[in-house]
Amino acid sequence: MDSEPLRAAFPYRHLLATQGLKAQEITALLDLADGYVEQNRRPEKKSALLRGRTVINLFFENSTRTRTSFELAGKRLGADVINMSVSASSVKKGETLIDTAMTLNAMQPDALVVRHPESGAVKLLSDKVRCAVVNGGDGAHEHPTQALLDALTIRRRRGRIEGLQVAICGDILHSRVARSNIHLLNAMGARVRVVGPPTLMPTDIDRLGVDVHHDMRAGLRDCDIVMMLRLQTERMQGQFVPSIREYFHFFGLDYAKLSAAKPDALIMHPGPMNRGVEIDSELADDIDRSVILDQVELGVAVRMAVLDVLVRREASA
Amino acid sequence: MTRRTAYVNARLLDPASGLDAPGALLVEDETIADVGPGLFSGGVPDGIEAVDLGGQALAPGLVDMRVSIGEPGEEHKETILTASRAAAAGGVTAMVCLPDTDPVIDDVAGIEFIARRAREARLVKVYAYAAATQSLQGRELSEMGLLAEAGALGFTDATRAIADAQVMRRALSYASTFGLLVVQHPEEPSLAAGGQMNAGEIATRLGLPGIPREAEVMMIERDLRLVELTGGRYHAAHLSTGSAVEAIRQAKRRGLRVTCDTAPHYFALTETDIGDYRTFAKVSPPLRGEMDRRAIVEGLADGTIDAIASDHRPQDQDSKRVPFASAAHGVIGLETLLPLTLELAHNGKLGLLAALAAVTSRPAGILGLEAGRLRPGAPADLIVIDLDRLWRIDERDFRSKSKNSPFDGRPVTGRVVRTLVDGRTVFALDEA
Repeated sequence: MDSEPLRAAFPYRHLLATQGLKAQEITALLDLADGYVEQNRRPEKKSALLRGRTVINLFFENSTRTRTSFELAGKRLGADVINMSVSASSVKKGETLIDTAMTLNAMQPDALVVRHPESGAVKLLSDKVRCAVVNGGDGAHEHPTQALLDALTIRRRRGRIEGLQVAICGDILHSRVARSNIHLLNAMGARVRVVGPPTLMPTDIDRLGVDVHHDMRAGLRDCDIVMMLRLQTERMQGQFVPSIREYFHFFGLDYAKLSAAKPDALIMHPGPMNRGVEIDSELADDIDRSVILDQVELGVAVRMAVLDVLVRREASA
Repeated sequence: MTRRTAYVNARLLDPASGLDAPGALLVEDETIADVGPGLFSGGVPDGIEAVDLGGQALAPGLVDMRVSIGEPGEEHKETILTASRAAAAGGVTAMVCLPDTDPVIDDVAGIEFIARRAREARLVKVYAYAAATQSLQGRELSEMGLLAEAGALGFTDATRAIADAQVMRRALSYASTFGLLVVQHPEEPSLAAGGQMNAGEIATRLGLPGIPREAEVMMIERDLRLVELTGGRYHAAHLSTGSAVEAIRQAKRRGLRVTCDTAPHYFALTETDIGDYRTFAKVSPPLRGEMDRRAIVEGLADGTIDAIASDHRPQDQDSKRVPFASAAHGVIGLETLLPLTLELAHNGKLGLLAALAAVTSRPAGILGLEAGRLRPGAPADLIVIDLDRLWRIDERDFRSKSKNSPFDGRPVTGRVVRTLVDGRTVFALDEA
């Protein structure tokens, strides 16, 4: 797509959240990403669209898959991609997030992809830099490119998103993936349910426009899509479930619980999976049901679309 | 030689006596000598300096029963001198500091330090609470009797709740032997741990851990039982929820000797003011929803809430320009206490005298201070207010060393034009 109509279709400097995005804006990104899926399947995967542009991956939290996915996305568009992992220790040396932002800003990047353990940190940083900022996940707030790649996966498998019943299951409380998906799926006209124990449900989650279930079979009944979430024990302060064994018994996805869903229901997971905790290992590998590897593949295409839109917009602005 | 000044052509506002009438007030040296509607109706005699207030309001200076300063320990945020300047400009003639300084005010030397720095600043009256427990650790009682003799007005662990029921019981019980006040930060700490804002839809959308409203009322309800058990004098600070107001309302009906206050942000703001992670709106306890805000106004209107305190807590940029969960809590409030309190009167929620009582005579009464009244023999701690003055709160005008106000840019009505402490003018609004 030319940059002019694209700018009109996605009129934002940054991608910080899916909350507030309109259906046609999401569709424009997904349409663009579809094209990149084809590019990524060719032997020659690289284009020169963003040649000479610089993308900095700024990760304040460990991540292999998201960082790699963004790195590939930038490189396949021809951009120079730099990875910066900021460990907790250098933050402790006294350099603030704002200092880091100003320093990187002075290096004239065209886009910053930022992951940070604190909700709102990416927004704060975006206020201090001149380039485009992509939220690569901030605390328990949002992870917009994950929701976009999930949407692309659903759309390519089912041909639509509108009208589908989607169950998001597990540790909703600590999940930025859940929040981004709820906003995006609602904007696209899907019906969203969240399923999990009350201790892992955020307060007033129903006000985000979802049905709340505490029983997996009831929550999965007749649904088209099952999104499993990772139990984020590393973010937990105190005990939220009595034991892993008990959690898997009641909330882990296995064939028995899945039978409540539609016979062709797809299983998704943002990764990394805890096999035997939130999902049965065999089920995770079932190529008839699980689209987990599709998600990984389409993630690169979606991130290419996002970088493309934001960086070209920046260049023409 | 006695210095006499007559403030004539004033609108006298004395919340304690219910006086709201044109009249005059005579100051002799540091003291109010006479006051009343008929005073100097025949003219001001020779030898008395006359100050014509042109019909502007003359009221007792504000008594701010909860401020945090930063000295000793965090002088880069605020000193007793800069806080005193802010207080004078805000019409606050007496303020009481919290003991959560560095070092903690838990010994006589700490109380004496505050008093000495206040004397050096020589602007407004600065008092202090002492720590209820040593080092604010919530375990061993501080030397309450000795601290009270040195001038401590009450005992509190500042922004920490006295969580252990046995320790709280003993604090109330021991303090009662001296008739001393115990001030609680009412929040169940195990429920509030890690919380960044009010639990609810907005916290869920922002991905921030929430503090349930129940954390406040359950601590108050526990404390009320301990007050019944011990007969101690209990004050609950900065109420933020309707259920806490209701608990105090019922306790007062039962005849318990309890008081409470709130801060302007709990009746002037709600959690929606956090918007996109605005750290200036991060306070402890957190801003609540609209129903709670209304309940706080209602508690003020029916007198359940005795006082409004600024809860002034200066924070520098490094403490606020960080991600929300890492940001320090607190807002500055000395210079905005009066106009935000007057909003309640301008909006018709409270009578003018009732609103002023919450920042003058009622806190003075709780603290046992000879202040907050227009009464012959009382210290001449007075403010002149232009009640109809429209102005906009502007952080550039703050005397406070820190600028963390969520009210920057807010249009308000009513402004202090002159502040007197012990008869001496410590602030006059620059009309340039």
